[in-house]
This record gives sequence, structure tokens and C-alpha cells, in this order.
Amino acid sequence: MTANSDGPFAVRTRGLRRTYGERAVVHGLDLTVREGEMFGFLGPNGAGKSTTIAMLCTLLPPTGGSAEVAGADVRRTPWEVRRRIGVVFQEPAVDRELTAEENLRLHAELYGVRRGELRSRSRTLLRLLGLDTARGPVGTFSGGMRRRLELARSLLHRPRVLFLDEPTVGLDPQSRAVIWDLLHGLRRHQTTVFLTTHHMEEAERCDRLAVLDRGRVVAEGTPQQLKAEIGADVVHLRTADDAAAAATLRTEAGLDAVCGPDGVRVTSADGAALVPRLCARLTVPVYSVTVTRPSLDDVFLHHTGRTIRDTGRSSPGPSAVTP
Amino acid sequence: MSLSTRSAPIPPTSAPTADHAERVPSREPGGFRHELRAIGVLWRRELLRLVHNRLQLSVMLVNPLLFLLVLGTGLDSMLGGAPGGDYRRHLFPGVLLMAVQLPALGAGVAIVRDREAGFLRGVLVAPVGRGTILVGACLGGATAATAQGAVLLALAGLAGLPYRPVVVALLLGELALIAFTMTVLSALVAVFVTRMETFQTLLSLAMMPLFFLSGALFTVDGLPGWLTALTLANPLSYAVDALRRTAALALPPDQAPAALALAGWTPPVALEIVVMLLAGLLALTLAARRFARTG
Repeated sequence: MTANSDGPFAVRTRGLRRTYGERAVVHGLDLTVREGEMFGFLGPNGAGKSTTIAMLCTLLPPTGGSAEVAGADVRRTPWEVRRRIGVVFQEPAVDRELTAEENLRLHAELYGVRRGELRSRSRTLLRLLGLDTARGPVGTFSGGMRRRLELARSLLHRPRVLFLDEPTVGLDPQSRAVIWDLLHGLRRHQTTVFLTTHHMEEAERCDRLAVLDRGRVVAEGTPQQLKAEIGADVVHLRTADDAAAAATLRTEAGLDAVCGPDGVRVTSADGAALVPRLCARLTVPVYSVTVTRPSLDDVFLHHTGRTIRDTGRSSPGPSAVTP
Repeated sequence: MSLSTRSAPIPPTSAPTADHAERVPSREPGGFRHELRAIGVLWRRELLRLVHNRLQLSVMLVNPLLFLLVLGTGLDSMLGGAPGGDYRRHLFPGVLLMAVQLPALGAGVAIVRDREAGFLRGVLVAPVGRGTILVGACLGGATAATAQGAVLLALAGLAGLPYRPVVVALLLGELALIAFTMTVLSALVAVFVTRMETFQTLLSLAMMPLFFLSGALFTVDGLPGWLTALTLANPLSYAVDALRRTAALALPPDQAPAALALAGWTPPVALEIVVMLLAGLLALTLAARRFARTG
């Protein structure tokens, strides 16, 4: 094995492609996800996120390129990949006619989980996900409870890589919080999490992100890197004497400080790091310092030409007015 | 904001469907015991559903009972002593077949519904062979169907058939085989037809003609030529014939029913059963091959 500064990887694709007839849905995807990382996959609807996940989960054969997941090749040894991954699909893959325990048992048998381990493992997961008191067939559960059960189902066999396709879409805040607590807990066990999301606050929690648009990765990096790439932070100061402060910063710190009616504005690639320097230089009293960073929404807009909020709707809004 | 995703129409690119999938190698070397465990749990799932759906179960018994008790009794009194004895006795094998047919074909419905509900994807992504999944589902469906047949079989006395343990055991075994073959046939259709509406239309189109042309209601001899030909071409005819001749083992020889004849030749019951089993295995192979390409 060659030395790799990135460390061991959980997912690596090289030139991964998928075409349907003439139409390419995923174009030559090169992705590397490190072990134990929480990796977020962002993109508008139809960008190829679900197709990529289906290929990585061995449910869909790639048209070209290669993909390795959890140390196994998706084409040559798909059964090894399947053994080592857990998947939460957009539509819960639990049987609505069975109870939570019956569903977990079914899944455990399919994955060959030892029966002795099954009991303690399913009890722990059900408790962690707040489902230990849930009774009756899963069809009577709320959407949030079903999604939580789905997560328990996908973790029962201790997967090395967990794939989640929009894990919290349409969920109540409580279910969302429970799911995120569990996902964060997984990192302590070096479980790699690969998720697609539309929620900026969820993308913000990922170690690294890739923005996918029309089947191509258009941006990749940590949330901080991505935001730094597209533009500078704005540092906004309110002082006892704004004009004097701006002059001091221009002449002594060589900064592009602008004095406006509501205070001094300084732009910088890393605004937060600049704050101590600003305060040390200034002799006039400082009342407040605000650093405004570009949001991931700005990143998304920059790379895809759409805001993330638009991507939830693929059709125009309801036309309430009739002529 | 993105709450509306679920209700938004799905663009064609977002979810790959089975139509586009190519063959994915899914054979798992050396995992025979694991595959058996998977068959076991999928079989068990069908039985659990059976237990959870007792109402649906009893509803499925209504039609066969109507045929046996109402149609059978009605025609009995109209015919006033049909040749070969009681008409209800003549009808009984067909009623057994009917009891097995509905739940057995339901196995295909279950596959289509599992696909639509998303359950199937969760099973497909598990480290289990595609053939294994199909075998587990079919065995489960066949067991459920056989259980339905057994309930009807317990009512043999109503059709004037004496209870002989050996004959009852033989009939039950034949019912299990018939149930298996019919389950596999419905599974075969279900791996090709992925839309529930299409599948159910096909089923309702096929069920009545198959039943009417199976010799369940009337004997084949003495029918117009075209009707005889159609009946002999129907695989279910041999199932009914096998059941009828097996049931007749419990009767004195002079009451034996007329057996089905192919151009004057009467196939042995054992051959009828073997051919049915082979047809089931062939259908299973075809279904498994197609299912292996499902994404």
C-alpha cells in the first residue's frame, strides 16, 4: 500500500460514471472519504446524489470508473461491501406490519449477527433512539419514529461505513436531534458517515463536504474552506471614534478599512483571526466587533446557481390565484 | 424549507429504477449457512404477517367456502345425483385449489408491494444472494397458502369424503407442492411487473379463466373439443386431477372419479406432481435470474 497523507480511506471513487442511455447522470466522480469522517454530500435534486449512493451501496452497477467502499471493490466483491456498510434510504425500508423488535431481528439474521449479540445490541440501539417503549406494528409509528428505527436497523451489524440519504428530511426537531446525537456518537467508534442533506445546519456539522451539480463535484473541502474560498469575512467595528479607528487601521495595520455611517468595515479572508489584532492596534475604545462569515448557502449558490432552499422544490410553488 | 421534498414530484434522475439496472454479481462464496439463515428469517416474516393479518386470512376462505357449500349444494340438488356421486365431492379438489391459489398468488403481490414500500431495497442491500431472497419469500408464501388449504381440507367431511390419515397427508403434501409452484409463478410475474396496478390487473385477468378451465367444476370428458383442448393446456388441470384421484383413494373403487386423459392416455398422479414441481423449479430459476439484475 502506498503511503497516503490522507490516511486510510473509507470510500474512494475514481472516474465513477453512470449513464442512462445517452444521458450521463454521474460524470467521472473522484471522491475520497477518510475513515471515521463525517462526509456531507450536497446538491440540488437530480444532481446525482442518490445515483452515487446507489452505486456505492452496490445496488446499481457503475457504467465506468471504480469505487472502493470499506476496503472492498463495489464491482468485484459487492458482497464484501454489503457486509460492511449500513444504509438509510429516503424511504424507510422497515416492514410496517412487524414490530420494531421483529424488524431488527429480521435485519440481524440477514446480516448474520450472532443471536446472543442481537438482544443486547437491539436493546441498546432502541434505547439510544428513544424507541424502547414503542409497541405495536411499525405502521402505527410516526414518520420520525420510523426513521429512527431505520437508523437502528442500519447500525445493528456495526457497519464500517454508514450511508444516509436525506436522513432528517421532514422530521420533527426531536427526532432530528436524537438522530444527530447518535451520528456524533458514532465517530467515537471510527464509523464513517456518508450523508446527503439539504439542511445547512447539518452540512455545517460535517467534517468535509462535496457539492455535486449535474453529476460533477463542483466544490470539495471542509465547511470553513468552502466558505473561505468564495469570499472574505466582514468584520464590523463600532468604536468611540470610527474615523480615527479607520485611519489607524489603514496606516498602521495596512488594512482596507472603510468608515461608514454605522461603523468601520474591514474585509478579510479570516475575520475571526483578525479580531485580536484589530483590538491590539486600536487606541480608541471599542464597543462591539461582529464577524460575518459567508454561509454555506452562499457556497451553494456560488457553485450551483441555486440557493439550497430552492432545491427542496423541483416544481414552482402552488398557484393560489386563479384569474 | 426542504420539508416539501417528500411531496415534490421525483425527477427521473434522482432514483435509479430496476429497468436501468444491469447484472450485479451477488454470489457470496462459502456462505451457505448464512443463506439458509436468511431463507429462514424471510420465511418467518411471511408467517408473522399471516399471524398479524388474521382477518384477511379468514376473508380469503370465504370464496372457497361459498363454492363448496352454496354452489356445490345448489348444483347437487339440481343435478339430483350426478354420475360418480355427490357433486360437492367432485368440486372439493377445485375448492382446495382455490383456497391455495389466492394466498399463493398473494406472494407476488407481496413482492411488488415490498418494492413499492421500499422494504425490498433494505433486503437487497444486505449481504444475501438474490436467489436466497426469492426462495425465502416463496417458501413463506407457499407455507401460508398450504395452511389455508389445510383449513379447507379439514372440511372434507362436508364433501362426503371419509377422513383417512394417509390420504389426508398425501393431499396436504400435494397442496404444498401446488402452493409452491403457484407462489413461484406469481413471484416470476412480480419480478417483471413492478407496478402494483399492472400486477393486480394481470392476476384478476388470469385467475378466473385458469380456474374455470381446470376441470374443477366439470369433468373434461364430454366437453366440446375446443374446451377440452384449453383444459388440457392448463397446468392447473393436472393439479386438480392429482388432488381428485388422491382424494378418491379414500373411497370404494366403484366411486372413483373419471381421470383426466391426454388422447386416451391417463398420466400417473406421480408424474403430474413431478411435472408440476419441475415447472415450479424452472420458474424459480427464471425469476432468480431476473431478480439478480434488480437494483
